[in-house]
Amino acid sequence: MATPTLPSENATASVVSPSGYAVEFDNVSIAFDEHVVLDGISFRLQHGETKALFGVAGSGKSTLLKLAMGLMRPDSGRIYALGEEVTRMSEQELFELRRRVGIVFQESALFDSLKVYENVGFRLTEEGVSADEIERRVREVLRFVELEKTYDMRPSELSGGMRRRVAIARAIITKPEVLLYDSPTGGLDPVTSNTIVELIMKQRDVYKTSALMVTHRLQDAFTMATHEFDTATNQMVVLPKGQQCTVPMSFLILRDAKVIFDGDAHQLATSRDDYIREYIS
Amino acid sequence: MAFEFELISPIEVAKDVALAVQEYTLLSAQSLANFFRRPLYMGDMLQQADLIGVGSLPIVVLTGLSVGALLALNSASTLQQFGGITLIGRLVSIGMVTELGPLITGLMVAGRNASGMASELGSMIVTEQIDAMRALGTDPTKKLITPRVGATAFMLFFLTIIADLLGLIGGYAVAHLLFGVDTQQYWTTVWQILVFRDVFTGLIKPVLFGFIISTVGCYYGMSTRGGTQGVGRSTTQAVVASSVLILVVDFFVTKLIFAIFGYR
Repeated sequence: MATPTLPSENATASVVSPSGYAVEFDNVSIAFDEHVVLDGISFRLQHGETKALFGVAGSGKSTLLKLAMGLMRPDSGRIYALGEEVTRMSEQELFELRRRVGIVFQESALFDSLKVYENVGFRLTEEGVSADEIERRVREVLRFVELEKTYDMRPSELSGGMRRRVAIARAIITKPEVLLYDSPTGGLDPVTSNTIVELIMKQRDVYKTSALMVTHRLQDAFTMATHEFDTATNQMVVLPKGQQCTVPMSFLILRDAKVIFDGDAHQLATSRDDYIREYIS
Repeated sequence: MAFEFELISPIEVAKDVALAVQEYTLLSAQSLANFFRRPLYMGDMLQQADLIGVGSLPIVVLTGLSVGALLALNSASTLQQFGGITLIGRLVSIGMVTELGPLITGLMVAGRNASGMASELGSMIVTEQIDAMRALGTDPTKKLITPRVGATAFMLFFLTIIADLLGLIGGYAVAHLLFGVDTQQYWTTVWQILVFRDVFTGLIKPVLFGFIISTVGCYYGMSTRGGTQGVGRSTTQAVVASSVLILVVDFFVTKLIFAIFGYR
């Protein structure tokens, strides 16, 4: 399925920090009451890399994304985002950092009292951008997700897939350096899921934005590993056999609160771990 | 069928209560501190003032009129026994302005708006809209709580004045129409009995009650857990807690004012 034309601005979203990783977890643990959700989690997300996070329901995938953004605090361990230690920052300092990070929530989390254009332009409004500039950029980003017609609608008037695309538009409007996707295709039909995957791929290949993507659908991650976005035809195309995507793509699997796999598609496909083989079969 | 009861340690209950008080205090302090930090979200404050103030007007008008009329009706028979029916204006005036006006308005607005705030913010919590707001770099206490606190305290002040006035009108209707009290005599006694401390008492209370209603409503909304069932629970708790707090604070404020200005 073809996606619409690209925004006119230059692809300068991914401003690489002079050193460090886009996101780094160092021995992070968190428990709710007696239930340990994440136990000694360590991994790194390179600048420009997309990492797909897998795990059964309740394995702490969404918690991991919230920790990365400082929306939750771990019980122990350190988390870095864009070279800054999230775990040592105050809430006020985090508000500044979060302006450089975009997130798409599982159920979209659109503000239901605001219209689509107010949702998408929320961050720009908060930053005091002029109304004309907000309208221009909102329209541009809605065109990017092929939803310009919803500009004046309320979230309650949109389908699940449309809400998810509006949430992506809201997350990318300020061209963040890191994007966090929480089950972006969860609960959607295959056609709509493909549209969402294509949008994520477009963001990855055009803007080279680093991304952590939580998903239940292995096929989405494999599609991202075996396809790339072709700006000439404005749609995703299959990579020739044996050729890897120019943007690094990796996989991370959580089980029993621990990381049991962190590697690329080839390593995943050739893994001898019984659980992983069963998971990907 | 066997019933099982889980015994909860009193220490755990005490810890939970202490934690709730601490969180409520922090939220209240932060909502006040935000008035001195930019941005102020005046647009949101005006919107809330409209919702809380104008929206509560019909219920405040009705209760103000009713309470004033009932106050006059109930006290008239006693006053008549002592031949003091002409003093009815004094009684209605003192009762409405110092106590019943602020209290009834506070309780009405608590029932209407503390529940509204708790359910609105609670729904935003369970649908991750509050997290989304934080993720978008906006402080929810500034954007959502401070405008509600400012608007409720400000509007309750004026709603109470309206309730007081309508209570006096209700009292006048009963006194004049049912007991034949002269119009000029009624309004003269209403006016003459009031002194500075009565008006001060009557106008300081709604500001405090407004603060209680909004902070309690927002606190229960922001601490909602457990989906839609949790939203319902927060809503109920917000109304109960704000109403009880209003009654308790009313007693202590009245006592404090008596201590400062002396008894009448």
